[in-house]
Amino acid sequence: MEKLVLIGNGMAGIGCLEQVLRHDHKFDITVFGDETHVNYNRIMLSSVLAGEKSADDIVMNGLDWYRRHGITLRLGSRIVGIDSERRLVSADDGSVTPFDKLIIATGSSPFIPPMDGTHRDGVFVFRTLDDTRALLERSGPGVKAAVIGGGLLGLEAARGLQVQGCNVTVVHLMSNLMERQLDTTGAGLLKSQIERLGVNVMLNRSASQILGNGKVEGISFKDGSGIEADLVIIAAGIKPNVELARTAGLRVNRGIVVDDFMETSHPGIYAVGECVEHRGVCYGLVAPLLDQGKVLAAAITGNCAPGFAPAVPATKLKIMGVEVFSAGTWDEASAGGEVVRYEDPSLGVYKKLVVKENKLVGFILVGDTAESPRYLEMLRSGKDLASIRKHLLFPPPAEDDGQQVAEMADSATVCGCMGVTKGAILEAIQQEGVCTLAQLKDATRASTGCGSCTDLCRGLLKAAAPEFEEESAKVLCACVPFAEEQLREMVRSQRLRSVQDVLDIYGNGAGCEKCKPALSYILDVIWCGDHQEDRSARFINDRVHANIQKDGTFSVVPRMRGGVTSPDELRRIADVADKYSVRMVKVTGSQRLDLLGVKKADLPKVWADLGMPSGQAYTKGVRMVKTCVGTEFCRFGVQDSTATGIELERRLENLFTPHKVKMGVVGCPRNCAEATVKDIGLIGQEGSWQVVVGGAAGKTVRKADVLVTVETTEKALEAAFIFFQYYREQANYLERTYDFVERVGIEHVRRETIYASPAVKQGLLDRLAKSKALSYDAWLEGAKPRNTTQFVEIQPLDKVTQ
Amino acid sequence: MSRKSRWIRITEGENIPVREGRAIEVEGRGLAVFNLGDRFLAVENRCPHRGGPLSDGIVAGSVVVCPLHAWKVCLEDGQVTKPADQTACVASYRTRVEGGVISIQFPAQERAVNPAAAELLPLPAGMEEQGLKLEPAAG
Repeated sequence: MEKLVLIGNGMAGIGCLEQVLRHDHKFDITVFGDETHVNYNRIMLSSVLAGEKSADDIVMNGLDWYRRHGITLRLGSRIVGIDSERRLVSADDGSVTPFDKLIIATGSSPFIPPMDGTHRDGVFVFRTLDDTRALLERSGPGVKAAVIGGGLLGLEAARGLQVQGCNVTVVHLMSNLMERQLDTTGAGLLKSQIERLGVNVMLNRSASQILGNGKVEGISFKDGSGIEADLVIIAAGIKPNVELARTAGLRVNRGIVVDDFMETSHPGIYAVGECVEHRGVCYGLVAPLLDQGKVLAAAITGNCAPGFAPAVPATKLKIMGVEVFSAGTWDEASAGGEVVRYEDPSLGVYKKLVVKENKLVGFILVGDTAESPRYLEMLRSGKDLASIRKHLLFPPPAEDDGQQVAEMADSATVCGCMGVTKGAILEAIQQEGVCTLAQLKDATRASTGCGSCTDLCRGLLKAAAPEFEEESAKVLCACVPFAEEQLREMVRSQRLRSVQDVLDIYGNGAGCEKCKPALSYILDVIWCGDHQEDRSARFINDRVHANIQKDGTFSVVPRMRGGVTSPDELRRIADVADKYSVRMVKVTGSQRLDLLGVKKADLPKVWADLGMPSGQAYTKGVRMVKTCVGTEFCRFGVQDSTATGIELERRLENLFTPHKVKMGVVGCPRNCAEATVKDIGLIGQEGSWQVVVGGAAGKTVRKADVLVTVETTEKALEAAFIFFQYYREQANYLERTYDFVERVGIEHVRRETIYASPAVKQGLLDRLAKSKALSYDAWLEGAKPRNTTQFVEIQPLDKVTQ
Repeated sequence: MSRKSRWIRITEGENIPVREGRAIEVEGRGLAVFNLGDRFLAVENRCPHRGGPLSDGIVAGSVVVCPLHAWKVCLEDGQVTKPADQTACVASYRTRVEGGVISIQFPAQERAVNPAAAELLPLPAGMEEQGLKLEPAAG
C-alpha cells in the first residue's frame, strides 16, 4: 500500500485526511503531531478559556477515530528532517519513517513583535490547548492581564481572561480594533461593546518592553507610557511554520509555495493549511484551509478536481454578546462601490453593505449578525441584487420558519467553516437517513467549526428530515442566554459559587425571577451546598420557608413522614392554631396538615411551638411520601408500605429538586395512596416492589412508567434514590419528572440509571449522599435566621409624633 | 394637606441585605425599601394588581417582581413595567443615606417632577427634625 505521511495533527491536516478517507484510494497513513493531544478544534480554544466548553468538548477526532481508520498516530513527536530524495522523514525521537506521499501541515506560530523582555515569566501566547490550560492556571480574580493585539484572537483571549476574573487591558498598535475586518465606525462600536464587558482598550500603543524582574510586572510603550500587568498575552498575528520545508530544500517565501493542487516544488510532497503560500497569499481562517484539504485529497487519490480557488474570506468574532461579522471587500473606496448602511449607536448595531454594479462585494455587521448567511450567499454567488435592493437591510418578514431555508439554492454554503452546501446536507438527510443535528455533524461535519450555522442546519433538518425532533436545549432566559446544560458546565468548570457571579460573567448582571431561582438550584445541585447561597436570588418562599398566600400571609405545613402523626403532634398543632389565630387548618392531599394565614413575623415562633421539621411544602424540593397502611393493618397488604415510605421520606427530605417531588408507597396493587401518579412510586407486590417514575395527577394526568421491579425493599429504595439523583442532575429547572421522563424517554432513563454501570450508579448515590449530608431542616433557621431582619418588622428610627 | 417635604430616618442600611427588600410601616403607610447594592430605593408596598407585598419580591436590576403574580414594578419611578400594557404605578419615595442610616422623603415623589430639578431642593442638614415637628402627620 502507498505510504502517506502527514506532518501536523491540526485542523487543516486532519481535515484533509478526512477527505482522503472518503475517496476509494487506500493509503497506509501515519500522522505526526508535536502536541500531545488528539485532533481538536483550535477555533474553539477561546470558548474553553471562557469556560463555555471543556477541553473534551472541542475534540474533533478521538483516538478511536484514528484506530478505526487504521491510522498510526505519533503524538508528541516532532519531525525534524525531510529527506526529499530518499523519501524519509526523521523525528526528534530518532525514528525514521519512509513515505511515498508526504503532506506538510505544520501550521503557524504566534508572531512575537520585536520587544525586550518576552522571555519573562508570565508572558504567554494563545495558540494551543496547552497555552489555554497554562493561561487558565495563572488567571483569576484580581490578576492584571494585558493582551497585546486587538485582532480576533486578542479580543477572544481578552474576554476569556476577563471571564476568569482578570482585570484585562487590550493594547493595540492601530487606531481601530480588528482593522483588517472593520472600518472606523464598526471598530468604534466594537470598542465600546468590549469596554462595556469590562475590558480596557488602549489604541495606538506600541509595546517596547515587557518589564519585570524575573516575573512580569508591566509593559512600557514607545511613547514613554506604560501599564502594570501580571500576565502578558501576545496575540499579534501568526507566521507560517516553514523551517522544516526550507531545510528540506522546498521553495519557500513567506509560506511554503504550492501550486493550485497544493503540491510543493518537490513532486509527491504537498502542503496544506496555515503554513502554505498560494499565489502569494497565506491563509489563516479555517474555511479556505479546509478547501485546500479537499483539493489536495482529490489530487493525491487520483481524482481530478478543480484547483484551489479561495472563496471570499469571512470572519466572525466569537464573544458571547458581542456580534461581529465581516466579509469581502468592505472598504467602498478600494471596492469602487457604493455603501448601503444602517447605524444605531444606542443599540450598538451597524450594518454596512458595499455594492458594486448591483452585486454585493463586502459587508460588515456589528451588533446583529443574524443576516450574515444571507449576505454571505449574496456575496459568494454574485447574485444580481437589482430586484431586492429595497429589502437589502430589512428583509420582508418570513412567512414561515422554512422560508430562509427554502430561499437558499442547493449550491449555497450553509457551513462556511467546513464548506458544506445545502445540497450536501439534503443529500445526507435523504440518502443516509440523517435526522438529528448530531448525526448531521457526523455525516457532513456541518456546524462543527464555529457553530454559527447551527440554527440553519436545524432549520434544514426540520424542513427535510421526516423524523427530526427539536433538541430541547433551550436557553434558560434572556438574562443569561445559555442552555441549562451549558450553564451547569460553566458553573462546574469555572468554579462559580454564587448566582451573582454567573449573572455578572455570563449574563446581563441583573437577572430576573425566572433565571435567579434556576441558577440557585444549579449551584446547589453542583456544589451540594458547598457554595454561597444567595437568598436574594430565591423566591420569598425559600427565604422564609413558608408558602406565601394571596393576602401576603403564609401557610405552614410541618413534615409528617409517610402521613403518620401522633396524638402529641396533633395537640401541638391544635395549640399553635389557637395561639396564633390560624385562620384555617386544612388536611392536604398529601396526607399532611396545613396551617393557613400565619404572619411572617410569627413564623419562627410557630415552628418552635410545633417542634416538627419543615414539610418543604413551599419549595421546589422533596414534598412528601404518601403511604397506605400496608401490612401493618390492612388485610390485603403484602409489603410494609408505611415503614418503607417513612424511610424513603427520611432519606430524601430537605433536598432541593428541579421541581417539586411527590412520592407514594403502596403495600399492594390496589394503589390506595396513588403511587402510580406520583413522581416516584413504590408499588408492593407479592415478593417484590415495582418502582415507577414520572407519574402526575396535576394539570395533566400521567400514569408513571415502570423503572424496574426488584425483590427487596433495600433495592427498591436504591432504585428510587438513583432515579431521584439523576433527575436532580439532568432535568431543567421547573421540569417535573413527568416532563423530564417524556422528554428524554424512559428507555434512556433506565439506561442511565438502573442499567448503568456500577460506577455510574455509585457516583449518583455518592453525590446524593453528599448533598444529603449538607442539607438541613430549614425551620432551624427560625432560631438562627440568615439575616437578622428576615422575620422581624423593621420600625422606623424616627418616631412620628401624631 | 401640606406638600412640604421632610426626611424620616428609617433604619440602618445593613438591616436590608443586598438585592432584597423589607417592609416598613411609616405613618400608617406600608413602604417597601430595597437595597440595590449601590443605592436604596423605596416604593409603596402594594402591587397595583392584587395588592401583593412588593418587599417580598425578587429584585431584577432596578425592577421588583411581585411574589404573587409576577407583575414587575420599576423601583426608580413606581411604574408597572410588566404586563407591558399596564399604565398602573405605585408611589415612589426619594431616599438618602447619612451615617449609614436610610432616610425617606415624605410625601411621595410627584411623578411629573424632573429628577434633576428635584435634586436642587434637599433640606439642609438638621431640618428634618424641625420639619417633623412643624408637619405632624395628617389624621
